[in-house]
Amino acid sequence: MKTAAKKIYIAFIILFLYAPIGTLMVLSFNASKTRAKWGGFTLKWYIDLFHNEEILRALLNTLLIAFFSALAATIIGTIASVAMNGMKRRTKSIMMGITNIPMLNAEIVTGISLMLLYISFGMKFGIGTILLSHITFNIPYVILSVMPRMKQFNPSTYEAALDLGASHTTAFFKIVLPDLFPGILSGFLMAFTMSLDDFIITHFTKGVGVDTLSTKIYTEVKKGIKPEMYALSTLIFVTVLILLILVNRSPDKKKS
Amino acid sequence: MKKRTSSSVCILLLLFMAEILTGCGSSTTGVNGQVIVYNWGEYVDPETLDMFEEETGIKVIYDEFETNESMYPKVESGAVAYDIACPSDYMISRMIQNDMLSEINYDNIPNAKTNIGAQYYEQSKGFDPENKYSIPYCWGTVGILYNRTMVDEPITSWAQLWDEKYADNILMQDSVRDAFMVAEKLNGFSMNTLDTDELHTAMKSLIEQKPLVQAYVVDQVRDKMIGEEAAIGVIYSGEAIYTQQENPNLVYVIPEEGTNVWIDSWVILKNAPNKENAEKFINFMCRSDIALMNFEYITYSTPNTAARELIEDDAIRNSEIAFPDLSKYDHLETFVYLGEDGDALYNELWKEVKAY
Repeated sequence: MKTAAKKIYIAFIILFLYAPIGTLMVLSFNASKTRAKWGGFTLKWYIDLFHNEEILRALLNTLLIAFFSALAATIIGTIASVAMNGMKRRTKSIMMGITNIPMLNAEIVTGISLMLLYISFGMKFGIGTILLSHITFNIPYVILSVMPRMKQFNPSTYEAALDLGASHTTAFFKIVLPDLFPGILSGFLMAFTMSLDDFIITHFTKGVGVDTLSTKIYTEVKKGIKPEMYALSTLIFVTVLILLILVNRSPDKKKS
Repeated sequence: MKKRTSSSVCILLLLFMAEILTGCGSSTTGVNGQVIVYNWGEYVDPETLDMFEEETGIKVIYDEFETNESMYPKVESGAVAYDIACPSDYMISRMIQNDMLSEINYDNIPNAKTNIGAQYYEQSKGFDPENKYSIPYCWGTVGILYNRTMVDEPITSWAQLWDEKYADNILMQDSVRDAFMVAEKLNGFSMNTLDTDELHTAMKSLIEQKPLVQAYVVDQVRDKMIGEEAAIGVIYSGEAIYTQQENPNLVYVIPEEGTNVWIDSWVILKNAPNKENAEKFINFMCRSDIALMNFEYITYSTPNTAARELIEDDAIRNSEIAFPDLSKYDHLETFVYLGEDGDALYNELWKEVKAY
């Protein structure tokens, strides 16, 4: 009885999580533009998608911005975590508080204040300002996932390396970094996804003619979102799914 | 393995540099400079932009917005100095009041004089009294779309949205001004009224109607009407033709009490850096063949009478939905900006309706 209830519970959770995505995937093959009518099976939207330069450009922008903002934020965030770990307790908690504020702050406030900041410095709005903004809001997420690893880190191993003749740099790269790596990686992935689906901050800090996927999709609301977007979302979802399956399968293979 | 990752990182870096460079590339000018246009999403046939660049040597930098309200702060902040924008009626009157637009020199835009119908300039006077600042680009009406298989008699009046027969079969627009417009027209008021008594009467009507309404919707009205999920809906005429193509049972009417005629118009901004190119761009957009291409792409009614002559399909050229004869209807109005206090008052009353 209890296990049956558990299973039903899980089934409901999965249903609620994936029903919308399933609907979208089905609609991406719908020949009719409206969701209310099934116009037959078609691959038209997929073909259109690969001929639509604007969407592909927005996709490229999104991926590049996500990758590079996550990369920069990971480097800055990791260095910050290492430094903060060496601080006195009081300063450390003050610093943690300061880095946490941007995460709790409403995105629209961050977006508008960044926009005003760029205007007051006379910066030209474009892909550069988007990148800077994304690095800014990504750093706290990296710190948040690296800090716990840093706390678990045993300083004796680092000191032992120094005693055995390693320089500070070698000891850092050979001892500290590998130990922090899982935290750094999850921080990077977190930052990547955060950047990938950000809309509000990008909206305020983007320049003319530069669009990411989220801003591009949003401009389509007046005339109705085109099914090409369904096709693109389906492709992205399937890619992520395949990657996840591959990642989860590889340890099994090693065992066998 | 390590080498491979570092080389792929290198490739990505190169790509990104190229991206930033070409990003800047779009800000470099064409042979004859550039023009920066801020328009609704999906509101121009992309091919016409290429044609303009080819013919004039002016590079078009094109940016899109999704609502009047999100366009306004971006233009006002000056983060980007746009040349041209395409806001709706009431937003144009707000921009005129705040001295954000520059006067149009019709001598440099001859197509606007010859091709755009006089009745649209007349209608524009509601928000731009001397036609000094705006040139109509798209327009339409707000009306009732109904499914003839789901109603007992033809719908002709807003009052039928208050008929209890159609309880749970009515779709209303989920935006302050559109919803109040219906109630104000029902009671015979102006849809730009600021009279508190009239507004309270309108609010009471909306509250009275609320139990009959299936849902307050924005663009879902299209899909819901096509899918026959409701019998009657308030809809923009631009969507009506498309919904009819998908479901031939749907009929669009302009109610006898009058309605909203909306107009989206080109305006040149006060601090436009490329005013001459902006004039050339608007002149190009008013050319009949270009206006026709845009009409076919957007499917919203064009005020360009010369372009309308060129439409090959009789049914569309003479369509009562796309090109209603405005002189046949009474009490047609266009939204104007009501000022901050006016907006606040409307929002307050709308909240009461929604919370009731």
